Amino acid sequence: MEEIIHDQELESKEYFINMGPQHPSTHGVLRLVLSLDGEIIKKVEPHLGFIHRSIEKMCEHDSYTQIVHLTDRMDYLSCHINNEAVCLCVEQALQIEVPDRVKVIRTIIDELTRLSSHQLWWGVMGMDLGAITTFLYGFRDREMITDIFEETCGARLTMNYNVPGGLFFDIHPNFQKRTKDFLDYFKKKLPEYDTLLSDNVIFTQRMKGIGILSKEDAISYGVTGPTGRASGFSCDVRKHHSYMAYDRVDFKEILDTEGDCFARYKCRINEMWESMQIIEQLIDNIPEGDYKVPTKAVIKLPKGEWYQKVETARGEFGVYIISEGQKSPYRLKFRSPGFSNLSALDHMARGCKIADLVAIMSTLDLVIPDIDR
Amino acid sequence: MDNEEIKKFVLDRVAEAECTDGVQFLQVTVPSEKILQLASELKSNETTSFDFLFCLTAVDWPDHMEVVYHLKSTKHNHQFVLKGKINTRKNPEIETVCHLWRTGEFHEREAYDLFGIKFLNHPDLRRLLLTDDWEGWPMRKDYEDPINMIEY
Repeated sequence: MEEIIHDQELESKEYFINMGPQHPSTHGVLRLVLSLDGEIIKKVEPHLGFIHRSIEKMCEHDSYTQIVHLTDRMDYLSCHINNEAVCLCVEQALQIEVPDRVKVIRTIIDELTRLSSHQLWWGVMGMDLGAITTFLYGFRDREMITDIFEETCGARLTMNYNVPGGLFFDIHPNFQKRTKDFLDYFKKKLPEYDTLLSDNVIFTQRMKGIGILSKEDAISYGVTGPTGRASGFSCDVRKHHSYMAYDRVDFKEILDTEGDCFARYKCRINEMWESMQIIEQLIDNIPEGDYKVPTKAVIKLPKGEWYQKVETARGEFGVYIISEGQKSPYRLKFRSPGFSNLSALDHMARGCKIADLVAIMSTLDLVIPDIDR
Repeated sequence: MDNEEIKKFVLDRVAEAECTDGVQFLQVTVPSEKILQLASELKSNETTSFDFLFCLTAVDWPDHMEVVYHLKSTKHNHQFVLKGKINTRKNPEIETVCHLWRTGEFHEREAYDLFGIKFLNHPDLRRLLLTDDWEGWPMRKDYEDPINMIEY
């Protein structure tokens, strides 16, 4: 038998494998074409656009209040923050100063959104790596936040709670109590979440030293959010270009230097603690006042251009509006965090194995509608 | 660096640049042929060091096209908007910047896909969001699609 093998000329040949568009760990319809040498990844080529709806083109015909609703359908896990970006941009153009009450409520809901998004990420990341428990825990605890949202604004996922000039309606009388109950509950649960995975030998071995992204590459690829911060790129919009009530709360920007999958995991876990700290500082201090500044029924922005960036759960989300003085923008561009983060995937995954790619994908925390728009 | 210094920096290198003080950012429009030279200096010069391209997009104007670069320096924390003006709408071409900022690779492919702007020397210029056999450039103002587009 040995002789036979030695007789043959064995040549290694590059071959291709399709991962997706229907694959549980691509978290949606994303197709990756992997070129492989044995099990080692030589190149990852993402094919996007399976759910491209050309939201930017639609916005060119819509009024500014309608545009807010479309942004929900991009990054549905940070929908409130996306809504806010458009509202802030319009408010900035119209030079509207929203009441303090609006600022505080928006900030609290932003952080609740971030918490629920990170909970879902934690759940599906564990499931990608073979731990079903995390999925069930993540969704169980996320339910409490979606219940608060449902009571406050009537929707659980696509909230549409923001309108240019303020909020759709005031908070529910139960809002403060339920949020505090949730924080009390989740503070006990989060250490359990963390130890469940980071004390697990299999988990740490699959995460540590995998998919390393250096700080220079993170900046060059425009990788933001927890993914960028795990590489040491200080890019928290809440700190650098503070908006809403973030300038009056005390919180840390979580930074790490490792840049591997485990650093990204730790970064998000620590960010959950910071989010809870922000909510705690604000929840008892919601100022009295109006929840909305009256705006005209048809909003027309003056001629000019505006850019507004906010920090979503995935990174820096930007809205770029060019207005010609009409009721619809002349051009509107959404800078979505997932799009830039995905562009670094090829760089991170080269030289890894296919199973490592799953770990890298899950710590990138991609939401496909956010990438395709 | 504040806006005035950035303005001076650009005008020293490209004399015909048009500078506008926007509400937020300084906006500088330069002819498309000057973009590559200016961009590499903006990135490599110690005083400017614009290392973070956070948004790249294109705009279709009635008589010309524009590629818009939103730049930020993570070192000095200053930002500004650079615009490359392409004087034609027929076969717009501009030099790529993706070797300076790697994020440009995807963003330029998207701009090519939706606006039909050809980025010269781009390593892999193909359609990104749409299928390879798509005809036309959907984000252009004169694009027509009687089946999928709703008329207002």
